[in-house]
Amino acid sequence: MSAGTMSALLAVEGVGKRFRGLTAVDNVSFTVAPGAVFAVIGPNGAGKTTLFNMIAGALTLDKGAITFGGQRIDRCNPDEVCRRGIGRTFQLVRPFPALTVEDNVTVGGLLHRHDVVAARRRAHEVLWQLDLFDKRHQLASALTLPDRKRLEVARALATDPKLLLLDEVMAGLRPAETDRMVAILTRLNRDTGVTILLIEHVMRAVMALAQRVLVLHHGAAIAEGAPDSVVREPAVVESYLGAEAVD
Amino acid sequence: MIQLLTDGAQPRSLVLLGLLLVVLVAAPWLANDYLLTVLITILYFAYTGQAWNVMMGFAGQLSLGHAIYVGLGAYTAAALYVHFGVAPWIGLPAAIAVAMACGAIIGFLAFRFGVAGVYFAILTIAFAEFARIGFDHFTWVNGSSGFFLPVANYSHNDLWNLRGNPTMFYYLMLVLTAAAFVLCHVLMKSRMGYYWLAIREDEAAARSLGIDTFRYKMYAVVISAGMTAIAGVFFAFYYNNLFPEQVFHISRSIELILGPIIGGIGTLFGPIIGAFLLTGLSELMQNLMNAVGFDVPGAKHVFYGVCLLLVVLLLPGGVWPWLARLIGVTRGQS
Repeated sequence: MSAGTMSALLAVEGVGKRFRGLTAVDNVSFTVAPGAVFAVIGPNGAGKTTLFNMIAGALTLDKGAITFGGQRIDRCNPDEVCRRGIGRTFQLVRPFPALTVEDNVTVGGLLHRHDVVAARRRAHEVLWQLDLFDKRHQLASALTLPDRKRLEVARALATDPKLLLLDEVMAGLRPAETDRMVAILTRLNRDTGVTILLIEHVMRAVMALAQRVLVLHHGAAIAEGAPDSVVREPAVVESYLGAEAVD
Repeated sequence: MIQLLTDGAQPRSLVLLGLLLVVLVAAPWLANDYLLTVLITILYFAYTGQAWNVMMGFAGQLSLGHAIYVGLGAYTAAALYVHFGVAPWIGLPAAIAVAMACGAIIGFLAFRFGVAGVYFAILTIAFAEFARIGFDHFTWVNGSSGFFLPVANYSHNDLWNLRGNPTMFYYLMLVLTAAAFVLCHVLMKSRMGYYWLAIREDEAAARSLGIDTFRYKMYAVVISAGMTAIAGVFFAFYYNNLFPEQVFHISRSIELILGPIIGGIGTLFGPIIGAFLLTGLSELMQNLMNAVGFDVPGAKHVFYGVCLLLVVLLLPGGVWPWLARLIGVTRGQS
């Protein structure tokens, strides 16, 4: 373990995953510093979600190691990963449809609070941060997609994570909604110091949010660095962004 | 404690609940013997429905074999009483323990090995059937020829040995039903209650919020099994006879879940409303047909089935959510 790995909140080292003959993720390494906003980008099928699910404990690794806060988490179940301090969202949102917005988030708040009243108080805090407080009595099934996306973040955030894993929370949002989400996440990162690892397709969000970007292509990391420099790398432009990204 | 129970409830619903309780407490003075036995049956189904609802309505785990917990509770307490003279109140913890152990085995097998949904339901049926066939050959409790408790005319009610007249059993069942209601209310408002609802709604999402879903599903099965076993003890001492073919039969399991389904799965009042509607309707039909001299075998069941169909078609969420809106006791939009 290098010194950089030691001080990192999350360290992914030489991680690989194969599905039968297909190598979904191949020998990927990176570290995320505490308090950072780190983005993973790449075309469809690049292995982003596979990588994400390995960190979240939803998939086992074939090789490599994942360390969080100095401890190995690559053999943990999804619920253990969350208890260690990693909150996640789902690409296809999975709210608890028959529960109110408030109750959805209260479930998250109960992780570190055994008292329902305290968990609800935490839920209210988070709902304010995510602009959902006024909708707290609505059923989750009645929400629009942008609201559901923010509910997904709110629920994960209520578990008081040190690291927030966001799986394409901008997908399907209109530009105005994307800007709103970017503003909320920026505020969260600044005010609470929560570290954010996001997988994202929407480049305008990535450019606005992330301090570092990792580019995946065919399961391999082809570039890593600051957003401005990464989008100028020929390999990235060729494989993923194309000419249209240079705007 | 009182505050915990009334927290978030509307004054109107508390008044209605109080009125219902007053009527039920006064019932033995108002009702004749026949009506009292009908009320006992209603309360019995309200109680068992409430117990089943913990598993299905709260935690989303469909059990179609709940008769096994009734049967195990009934046989355990009855056997201890007949063979060793152990009073039912002493036999009760043993009955609960046996049922809970059985629930834990079923739950462990299912949840550890990823048996879920309809396959879990089939597993519960299988266990109830094992029990039915097993008890048919269990000579210690007389196998298929039936296990009988001594019956005599009692001059007074013996609450300790649960020997006495229907009024005593009525009040016992009323206390049990009220206690189950309070317990479920407390559970629903607890951390565990929230976790159960999360698991019911989306298990993967629940896990991502740090919930040990295996553990909380186990709690649901074990609590539900233990509650159901208490009804089994009541069953044994009220009816005084136990036949494996009847006690463990799948029709017993189905009968027990109809109340909460009709009344409203996952609600506290659903099992109670459902029990009143189903048992009330069934008895009413019987009496109506006797009164008009229309005695076609099976006609009652057809009518019963039509009523169930109508409820399911017109009120898919059950009767209680609709009724609650009608009398204006819904809370927020939940």
